[in-house]
Amino acid sequence: MSKSPNIFIPALGGTALIIGLAYGIASRDYGAGKIEILETRVQQVEAQASVASEKASAESERAAELEQMIAEVQAAAAERVSSEADLTTPAPRTGGSYGIGRAAHSEEIAVWDVDVLPNGRGLPVGSGNAFDGEEIFADKCASCHGDFAEGVDNWPVLAGGFDTLADEDPVKTVGSYWPYLSTAYDYIYRSMPFGEAGTLTPDETYAIVAYILYSNDLIDDEFDLSQANLGSFEMHNKDGFVVDDRPEQEYAKWREEPCMENCKEEVHVTMRSVFLVETPPESGSNSVMNHASAEGLPSFTSEGPSFIPVAVAKPTKQDEANAAPAVQETETEDEGVDLIAAGKKVFRKCQACHKVGDGAKNASGPQLNGLVGRTMGSTDDFKYSGVFLAAMEEGRVWDEAALAEFLAKPKSYMKGTKMAFSGLKKEADITAVTEYLKSFGE
Amino acid sequence: MDEMFKPSRRSFLRGSAAVAVGSAAGAAAAEGPDPLIADLQDWASYTGVGVDETPYGMPISFESHVVRRNVEWLTASPISSINFTPIHALDGTITPQGCAFERHHSGAIELSKQDYRLMINGLVDKPLVFTYDDIERLPRENHVYFCECAANTGMEWAGAQLNGAQFTHGMIHNMEYTGVPLRTLLSEAGADTSSDKWVYVEGADASSNGRSIPMEKALDDVLVAFKANGEALRMEHGYPVRLVVPGWEGNMWVKWLRRIEVTDMAVESREETSKYTDVYENGMARKWTWVMDAKSVITSPSPQMPIKHGPGQMVISGLAWSGHGQITRVDVSKDGGITWETARLGKQGDTKALTRFYLDTQWDGKPMLLQARAIDDTGYVQPTKGQLRERRGENSVYHNNCIQTWYVDAEGNAENVEVS
Repeated sequence: MSKSPNIFIPALGGTALIIGLAYGIASRDYGAGKIEILETRVQQVEAQASVASEKASAESERAAELEQMIAEVQAAAAERVSSEADLTTPAPRTGGSYGIGRAAHSEEIAVWDVDVLPNGRGLPVGSGNAFDGEEIFADKCASCHGDFAEGVDNWPVLAGGFDTLADEDPVKTVGSYWPYLSTAYDYIYRSMPFGEAGTLTPDETYAIVAYILYSNDLIDDEFDLSQANLGSFEMHNKDGFVVDDRPEQEYAKWREEPCMENCKEEVHVTMRSVFLVETPPESGSNSVMNHASAEGLPSFTSEGPSFIPVAVAKPTKQDEANAAPAVQETETEDEGVDLIAAGKKVFRKCQACHKVGDGAKNASGPQLNGLVGRTMGSTDDFKYSGVFLAAMEEGRVWDEAALAEFLAKPKSYMKGTKMAFSGLKKEADITAVTEYLKSFGE
Repeated sequence: MDEMFKPSRRSFLRGSAAVAVGSAAGAAAAEGPDPLIADLQDWASYTGVGVDETPYGMPISFESHVVRRNVEWLTASPISSINFTPIHALDGTITPQGCAFERHHSGAIELSKQDYRLMINGLVDKPLVFTYDDIERLPRENHVYFCECAANTGMEWAGAQLNGAQFTHGMIHNMEYTGVPLRTLLSEAGADTSSDKWVYVEGADASSNGRSIPMEKALDDVLVAFKANGEALRMEHGYPVRLVVPGWEGNMWVKWLRRIEVTDMAVESREETSKYTDVYENGMARKWTWVMDAKSVITSPSPQMPIKHGPGQMVISGLAWSGHGQITRVDVSKDGGITWETARLGKQGDTKALTRFYLDTQWDGKPMLLQARAIDDTGYVQPTKGQLRERRGENSVYHNNCIQTWYVDAEGNAENVEVS
């Protein structure tokens, strides 16, 4: 806005120039005749100058007017900002309805709304006991949770741990920790088995829940668990929880203005990082134990560190490694690539239990590198079911035909397999996943 | 990649010579002209890559180490696991989607907008089903919020464990969300919104992760979001629609949101009983600890970000956040908490969003014990690990918002430590 008056400077300057010129010309002595002419011209120039001056004054009034308007707009904006009445208002709060969305069908609600409340509301009709549950559990759950719900590897332990909650490492199981049995039914029915969620029937679910209770010594194997008694079943740790008590216990206390100077006499390191974590250029991380001791480090006072440790060799050279660009893998452009890509997607159904690729290890299922051409049941250190051990004895080999038959109906091709997977329904999926598996050699 | 951009052996040698000079004495003190300036470089002579080389751009190859990383042994399987945002290498506050941490319970799923359905039922006048397009017709808002897993820094309850801000504090990201307020959908269905009601939310993936949210929060600032940082959510963050529960633990931010049920009690699902609860020393556990308290961490220097330039002028930088509101102040200590200096905030952070802080300071080349301490607009001061342990014992898994310490040695290398 300070720029706007400048627009008028050329106009005012021009007027002054014309007036100056006029007087200069009038002062010369050219004789009476010429004086008359000159007087006339002086009058003309004076008239022009007066017009120009009027114009200039009008223009400067206009400039002042504009400045006034700018000031008004700015004041209004400032007022809006200060009163927070800016234009970034939240989405309108509706009291009613925009009429968007359609009515949900009751059949749809029945399929999706299967959650179970702590009092058992939402349980479907059905029942099961631990005797039946044991077999279902062995078939569908034990590969991760163990035959006795004791947990395999890092997978959750479901049984035991009673009276450990106040210990250094509490064992939090369904039996020792879970406050409501409804949670077990709700979770197992909707989210288990891992990789095959949503396939259990209510009766199977009641039986599995009963088996977990049985593994925790909370019922005997003939106890029939059903929609009638599950909601009222009292869990061991039902009174073990308090609602968030931070407002009273922490927020009220941790609000004091903190210390800024001489807050402690001395500070020393009590513990160094247990792991040093290397970050390879490709991805992931490698943890190695840190053997350095805290004693090698200085203590601190307001004077600074007590000593400066002699430098030791750095643990990693990760920065140099990180700077190297990642190596791009080149794919050969044969028609197998599409099938392999499709197979990779199909393999998502398998990857919860089976690993492939560099360094693939046995998980809940055996690793599958070099599967086609491999003797059945022959992966080192994997606990196969009897039917696979028998197949190994017989020297049966995984060829594509055998694999296709197995993948279509695992439980009928290999009666007694631990594998919970129910099979691939589409032949195209079987072909694709076979190609994908073939892309991983030994 | 364009052939011309592959550095020749000669230019590589020249480049590394310059780096050696630079790190020994600082580039300004280099003897003689710097060949990177004095010699004509390939990139200043040949043409570069044309448009459309990468229709959706990735970071330049030199930044390929700035990626999410997991720690394999933490979980049983990468399908039900977590990885960490490379917070040590980022600046500002917005987390790019491509390196924002992921946590899945049954893997990330591919769910298209066409196949997407959202049901709202329970204590409502009209149970409804929305398509993705329906949601985009409702009034929407933009907000920046942090999403922090309740287990962020959880390993560190047991003492200094993992060496790197990415691993100790990387279960967090901060994005600008576009979404429809949950209250709009509740109103659309004619929900009973009295204060003793709950909203149970559930995902469409195989884990169908479900959490109960009290009605007061549901009506306040919860968003049904479909964009992050201006673009569609990534698959791993719940494409096409996720819930955003500002300031509350990440597990409640249900991805692939498929169902909202109004109930008269908490469902007490697995994720709100057996998980996301913390056991005290006496064996009692606390539940419904939804809010993420004020917390901060120095991201540089840190174990993955050593000081490389030697003594002199330097920047100590980090992040602070609070699930209760805005960060008003961050203090930094270089001596393990004896003396504190108030840091400069990069800009006033949004409520329930990350705030960047800087301490522009001189390093005397001596060892340091670096700490940061956040204060939020409720006056809450981030506690020490000692304060937390005294109150909660050592058997907690979640909600560890303690002051973090990095020991920096005279070489500028940093290590995760615990101090007295």
